[in-house]
Amino acid sequence: MRKVFGRPEAMADVPMHYCPGCTHGIIHRLIAEVIDELGVREKTVGISPVGCAVLAYDYFNCDFVEASHGRAPAVATGIKRTLPDSVVFCYQGDGDLASIGMAEIVHAATRGEKITVIFVNNAVYGMTGGQMAPTTLPGQRTTTSPRGRDVEGAGHPIRVAELLSTLSGVAYISRVSVTGPTNVIKAKRAVRRAFETQIEGKGFSLVEFLSTCPINWGMSPLEAMKWVDEKMSLYYPLGDYTQVQEVAGNA
Amino acid sequence: MHEEAIFAGFGGQGIMLMGQLLTYAGMMEGANVSWMPSYGPEMRGGTANCQVVISSKGVSSPLVTEPLSLVALNKPSLHKFAPWVAREGLIVYNSSLIEAPPERRDVRILGVPCNEVANELGDLRTANMVALGAYLAITKVVSFETVLDAMKMVLPERRHNLIPLNRQALSRGMEIASLWHSQDPGREIS
Amino acid sequence: MGEKVLMKGNEAIAEAAILAGCRYFFGYPITPQNEIPEYMSRRMPEVGGVFLQAESEVAGSNMVYGAACAGARVMTTSSSPGISLMQEAISYMAGAELPCVLVNIVRGGPGLGGIQGSQADYFQATKGGGHGDYKLIVLAPASVQELMDLTITAFDLADVYRNPVMILGDAILGQMMEPVIPGKREDLDLPPKTWATTGAKNRPKNVITSLILDPAKLEQHNLNLKEKYEKIARNEVRYRTYMAEDSETLIVAYGTCARIAQAAIDMARERGLRVGLFRPITLWPFPYDALRQTAEDSLRVLTVEMSLGQMVEDVRLAILGTKPVHFYGRTGGMTPTPREILNEIERIVEEGI
Ligand SMILES: Cc1ncc(C[n+]2csc(CCOP(=O)(O)OP(=O)(O)O)c2C)c(N)n1
Ligand code: SF4
Ligand SMILES: [Mg+2]
Repeated sequence: MRKVFGRPEAMADVPMHYCPGCTHGIIHRLIAEVIDELGVREKTVGISPVGCAVLAYDYFNCDFVEASHGRAPAVATGIKRTLPDSVVFCYQGDGDLASIGMAEIVHAATRGEKITVIFVNNAVYGMTGGQMAPTTLPGQRTTTSPRGRDVEGAGHPIRVAELLSTLSGVAYISRVSVTGPTNVIKAKRAVRRAFETQIEGKGFSLVEFLSTCPINWGMSPLEAMKWVDEKMSLYYPLGDYTQVQEVAGNA
Repeated sequence: MHEEAIFAGFGGQGIMLMGQLLTYAGMMEGANVSWMPSYGPEMRGGTANCQVVISSKGVSSPLVTEPLSLVALNKPSLHKFAPWVAREGLIVYNSSLIEAPPERRDVRILGVPCNEVANELGDLRTANMVALGAYLAITKVVSFETVLDAMKMVLPERRHNLIPLNRQALSRGMEIASLWHSQDPGREIS
Repeated sequence: MGEKVLMKGNEAIAEAAILAGCRYFFGYPITPQNEIPEYMSRRMPEVGGVFLQAESEVAGSNMVYGAACAGARVMTTSSSPGISLMQEAISYMAGAELPCVLVNIVRGGPGLGGIQGSQADYFQATKGGGHGDYKLIVLAPASVQELMDLTITAFDLADVYRNPVMILGDAILGQMMEPVIPGKREDLDLPPKTWATTGAKNRPKNVITSLILDPAKLEQHNLNLKEKYEKIARNEVRYRTYMAEDSETLIVAYGTCARIAQAAIDMARERGLRVGLFRPITLWPFPYDALRQTAEDSLRVLTVEMSLGQMVEDVRLAILGTKPVHFYGRTGGMTPTPREILNEIERIVEEGI
């Protein structure tokens, strides 16, 4: 029997520490629902990042490992290669995945590692107090880009879904947001497809979430949602980025 | 002169500012000073505190583990720090948010309705200054005027328009505390 | 002399670097030192310098390697987990004899640990940390003023000896505010950086490398480094004492712990106990001789650290078994209180150990 409302079994019954209006919590819930629906909770291992979601291991009711900053895909690789029948997912922020962990994510993707990555792009380093992230928009003010991100010196924001979609090991990539009921439904569908892709052994899967950080953006929760819709999703268009191609290394 | 104080409350109550004003004023009056904040993600929506040492001797430890004074603006911080206060020390607490006074009988305790007073002044954000005023009236660690001078140094230029209101809040806090004549340990007024 | 200003420790380090002529800063955010890159991101453009947020500490420290090769005064700062990632570049810079300043605002470990102050990176800083036979000059400030002054000194030492210099602070020093008189860069006669890779115009080409495949030559390179380290050990040892002259119990502590120990010493003296402090400022070179001499008339030594006992090994080396060396420490981001230290003093005095 499936519960429609109420807490998913894969979600622990504890209060979360996220700020008001932060969408990390919604994203957690979608993942937990999918794990429940696929009935894989007992063979799932999650990897938490170093970032605001570092305590994800407290919020999910499945096995969990805490990786060092950016290395979750490498840790996931070690687990998945040891336990090929497990369902392994990484939960990573933009600093974690696209800055310090760029090498690990690219190589996990290009190897077609059968893992699922939930990538939470909030255009800022949330946990450390709002510094510039690799995904910070041009002109966006942060504590280390006090005059606004100048692409001349600080480089251009990285579009992770697009970048990784060029790699042959990738079986499924999508970018979603959770700014309203329609987007939430689409997002959940994407998470489900990503997990299914892994379970079917097709290769690497990743869902990029455009997420809010009202506290470090200096916005109200409502303004933050609006900013995702009106600013972020212009630079980071929502949708499917899977390119039809042979999956490398599947013998 | 030697003072070791802890200021504590919610993040957003202006706790750090209270401590910094006192520290800056102490420095301006020629004392040795240090200011040590709590920090990190646990501050978001949680509790904040800072530890201040002001001394005519050198400041040895910047960490305050046996405060002579505690100014607590919310309940969790009163609970946490009240047991730390040295015997015969002082606790100033925000009676607007803390109904029951602390249970210590060996320290001086003053409840100040900081939020009510601040609201009367038209800006809840001055509750911290009401508390600081009360604390200053009792301890006389630095003078009222120096604190006002320190405000010009600590607040960014664009916030200087708030100084007159903060001044009023400080004075109101001082008045309330000076009505509190008795220094008997354990005596309290609300 | 300038006016006193109230500054955060982290900001004092950043401003000191600017005052010392550092115009290149590469770093990556990590608590509890974020005020440094944040300050640099505002300040560097004002002085025509470069602030760059690297993609990681691995990259940031190699950017430092590059800027040092180009002859710049350059700095990076981080906290424990980030410093671990820098060990590769640090070893390369030590090997290639490149001057640079590294700051570690230490937090509790191991692993991701916590974000409160700690001294548990003493071994990493003073005994290597990366691979190979090398030494960093390690300075341990104990106040915001010293963070300012020693940061300026660090740039000079780096240039004089062509060696990486590390400031070993901790979260408490980084976060606290104290009055500071802004320091000044000394007028030193520094050797010109003729080795820098600035383009081989009118000179033979310069190559900077730490690769020496011939073991005999690599051994010779290491012997040359050793000679340099011995010179540093002869010339650069720094320490302070407090009420040490007549002390029966001599406390050895550095950084924040020395400040706390000083408070404990005041309490002990009020109780008539003869206790003093020896505070190493250079953790490498460690003041072995000075400590041995200072402790000469003491009955016992007590090392206090925010770790489970790391510097205590150097203290024992200095004392050479001539008297008991005790240890008291808290770790994981906990700090000993003056009262705890006093209790420990009273215990060892009473037990006569
Ligand atoms: C090696 C290392 N460097 C730096 C840090 C400090 N650090 C913690 S979280 C974080 C970035 C978090 O940003 P992001 O990944 O975008 O996650 P968010 O908090 O925004 O969800 C950093 C730099 C660390 N823990 N380890
Ligand atoms: S700091 Fe930002 S990302 Fe972190 S919990 Fe708060 S709102 Fe969410
Ligand atoms: Mg982020």
